Amino acid sequence: MSETTAPTTSGTAAGVAPPRSAVVLGLLGLTVLVLPLLGLTVRTPWGRFGALVTDPVVLQALRLSVVSSLAALAVSVVLGVPLALVFARYDFPGKPFVRALAVLPMVLPPVVGGVGLLAAFGRRGLVGRPLAEATGITLPFTPVAVVIAATFVAMPFLIVTVESGLRMVDRRLEDAAATLGADRWTILRRVVLPALWPSLAAGMALCWARALGEFGATITFAGNMPGRTQTMPLAVYLELERNPEAAYLISFILLAVSVAVLVALRDRFLHTT
Amino acid sequence: MSRAVPPTARGLTPLDPRRGGVRTDGRVRGWLAGIAVAVAVAACGSAEVEGDGEAAGEVSGELIVFATASLTDAFDGLSEAFVDANPDVEVVFNHAGSQTLASQINEGAPADVFASANLAQMEVVAGAGNLAGEAEVFTANLLEIAVEPGNPLGIGGLEDLADPDLVLVLPAEEVPAGQYAREALEAAGVGVTPASLERDVRAALSKVELGEADASIVYASDIVASDGRADGVAIPAEHNVVASYPIAVLGDAPNPAAGEAFVAFVLSGTGQDILAAHGFATP
Repeated sequence: MSETTAPTTSGTAAGVAPPRSAVVLGLLGLTVLVLPLLGLTVRTPWGRFGALVTDPVVLQALRLSVVSSLAALAVSVVLGVPLALVFARYDFPGKPFVRALAVLPMVLPPVVGGVGLLAAFGRRGLVGRPLAEATGITLPFTPVAVVIAATFVAMPFLIVTVESGLRMVDRRLEDAAATLGADRWTILRRVVLPALWPSLAAGMALCWARALGEFGATITFAGNMPGRTQTMPLAVYLELERNPEAAYLISFILLAVSVAVLVALRDRFLHTT
Repeated sequence: MSRAVPPTARGLTPLDPRRGGVRTDGRVRGWLAGIAVAVAVAACGSAEVEGDGEAAGEVSGELIVFATASLTDAFDGLSEAFVDANPDVEVVFNHAGSQTLASQINEGAPADVFASANLAQMEVVAGAGNLAGEAEVFTANLLEIAVEPGNPLGIGGLEDLADPDLVLVLPAEEVPAGQYAREALEAAGVGVTPASLERDVRAALSKVELGEADASIVYASDIVASDGRADGVAIPAEHNVVASYPIAVLGDAPNPAAGEAFVAFVLSGTGQDILAAHGFATP
């Protein structure tokens, strides 16, 4: 996450060109990455786009995915940005270990994450059992569980992006503000956050895209119920058996959103500060 | 017993799920299986069952069995007993969903025997002309209600699943078990509000095993495989749905003699007893 170091590398192909073989292998790599997307585009039943996109299953999944991924993004910002601040500005014993734990969901198989969420928030879970006994509230199989699952897998993307952004913010500005009598809250609001904005935006975009695509933790922890917990990726998986055309269409919508997010991010990498 | 299924597309009709007399108690099923085989031998003198004795010890070499995933535990037990009787045979299994196995066979994968979880996939292989002879229904799987160990909620039957406060998960209707579960609920006239439609029958069962769901509807063999992490509540025969499992020797079998012997062993009294011990029903 080094978008703020951009000024040293101009975007043009300066210097010595790489060997030809690198270009050939690179193109081969690009083919592997792009061909499935091309296949999906070709298979998408464009002629029936209107009919399929208003299909109740697709519509419900779309609505649930948008709402739950935005909710997960909101939770991630409220909890993840402060955590990134702690990681970037405080030193404490065992910090490397704690940071590793916090970003573990990025590399954890999502189904494992789902099993962990059940062990924590399930009816028999560490927190879930006392919660159920005290209030009668159980989380699995509810839209709240969808948001928790998405937050679990997506928040680390926001944390790492914001934390590395914070490390790039010039500490001297904060010191100057402090000398001028600004309190911590004012420094955060008036100095740190404005400087942090590009990486915060990038982190939010990554976090949202990851939440939107979440599958494994969701189906394990929240189950699959159309209109309640069946998000778009779950609908793709199950519709593939029954209604492949709808599955291709939902896949394409997810693909288009992801591409849009990544292209927007790419612009940031190249053009910000 | 030994219900012959012609390899043509015509004859592969499912057994009537509503026919009476199918008991769901495992112990009863065990000796019923024995009697059924004895009756089959006496009544129709099925060649496969007669061949059981002759084939013992006379076949050798590698035997490749393509068997559906739900048969994994039962066929491990079967192959052990089969190898005891035929020490020169080495049994190799390929377990996957029936649909996957059928397409692998039709794509030319070397196999001697195919055991499917439903008639439709056997029909796919038969339709491509890849069976040596006729497929036979060798076992069946009944549905049971999966509940937490000890059945703390005292669930007695399908009608108890209508309780809106009960957390019920079902296999999604896209998978066969989910389809069967719906048929059983319809037959019993029970309307339910499931909390989740799980992607396969094992995922549905695991929600009960983990204590997240109060009940599900799964195969009887799954309850046996869960090894005490879930209990089964029987579904009466008039509401139950029978999943029929056919088996056949394949046309391009590298070791057809061992294949025939294995199929005969599966259909024999010993084979049926082993299947019954794993929660399968007589066909």
